[in-house]
Amino acid sequence: MYLRQIWTIAAKDLRSEMRTKEALNASVAFSMVILILFSFAFDQAEDLKGLLGGLLWLAYAFAGALVLNRSFARELQNDCLDALISSPAPPSAIFLGKALANFALLMAVELISLGVFAILYDVRLSGKLGLLSLVMLLATWGITVIGTTFSALTVNLTMRELMLPVLIYPFLIPVLMSAMILTTDLIAGVPIATNLVWLRVLVAFDIAFTAVTVLYIDVVLVG
Amino acid sequence: MSLALEVAGVYKFFGDFPALRDVSFKVAPGSVVALLGRNGAGKTTLLRIMAGLSQPSQGSVKVNGAEAREAGTRRRIGVLGHSISVYDELSAHENLTMFGSLYGLDDAGKRADAMLDRVGLGRVRDGLAREFSRGMRQRLAIGRAFLHDPELLLLDEPFTSLDDKAIAVLQTMLKEMRDRGRTVVMSTHQLREAMELSTHVTFIQRGEVAYDGERQDEMLKDTSWLYRTYGDN
Repeated sequence: MYLRQIWTIAAKDLRSEMRTKEALNASVAFSMVILILFSFAFDQAEDLKGLLGGLLWLAYAFAGALVLNRSFARELQNDCLDALISSPAPPSAIFLGKALANFALLMAVELISLGVFAILYDVRLSGKLGLLSLVMLLATWGITVIGTTFSALTVNLTMRELMLPVLIYPFLIPVLMSAMILTTDLIAGVPIATNLVWLRVLVAFDIAFTAVTVLYIDVVLVG
Repeated sequence: MSLALEVAGVYKFFGDFPALRDVSFKVAPGSVVALLGRNGAGKTTLLRIMAGLSQPSQGSVKVNGAEAREAGTRRRIGVLGHSISVYDELSAHENLTMFGSLYGLDDAGKRADAMLDRVGLGRVRDGLAREFSRGMRQRLAIGRAFLHDPELLLLDEPFTSLDDKAIAVLQTMLKEMRDRGRTVVMSTHQLREAMELSTHVTFIQRGEVAYDGERQDEMLKDTSWLYRTYGDN
């Protein structure tokens, strides 16, 4: 029953987004623009290889905020959030359903952007995609959990589009730092074994924040 | 016999402002309660607490003896609020199937089809809610609230801004609920409709219960009698 409720909410969010493509189109376009602007800005940089992970994850983080902003804002129309909260679905199932949908959307944006990134910055991804995918999955889940939580917290604020990024980026520092270092080193061909500590940071962050949010999300949604 | 609903000593503060003050009343199974009061009296606040959408600052609400926020309790409650609470980007059938799944209905798709026929939307089951007229969207919202055959139905001004077809659909479904021994609590300003349907009346005045009891004959004959007798103006 619990898993069915999570899946129902995730499927609902994905279906709604696929029909409007509001967040997806905006996020992909924004990510492309950032990557193109960075490519101009750092064209003459001496150690561009050392910046690649940072550039990629900054683009993901900025573009991802557009997807995350829509998550609970989607429920404001017609007061749908009331119908969800008054249903038997536990607040944690509502949260996890929304987080799953956000995760799928963010991964889609990231995969599209990754192809453009590889072309613009002349990065060869062959042989590195497996580990890079692992880093993307772990870091994206971290971004998703924090972003979905703060999307619920800021849903009734008039300045929520501004407030969400302001609130989530400080919390995302461990995730972004780990992802940037791991991605830079993976692209440079540094063995992952030398960076296991950053992989552990990602795993610990994901577990800790998912557990805390699942336990306390009812306070956010119901008060 | 356990009570369908028991509101005990409920207070709700918004900052220092007491929206509800020591609200207590009991509702027996099969009752239809008209929750009356002027704008700002606290009816919506009280209904939101009963529906588990808000926590009381003090006091408790029990449905069939269980806390309103328990998942098992919420499965027994149907809520129709001010807003329609349906998704514009989903079809009528997808909306009802989605809510059916959340309520744990095994035959959510079939129940959705049957409900759409009942509210007169069977022919447009695959149409997106955003393409519907206002009246059709309201009938879809009624279908959503009744879909899981709730034992307790909480309605917040259900007749407001409904078109004549939606009013007829809602009245028919409420009468069926009453005849089947289901419990209904509805806040409304449509006194004529409320008095005809209700068995009990709870009158809220500035966050306090001013009257709680059976519907009197005087209320049916003269809908403003209650306000004149128990109101402060």
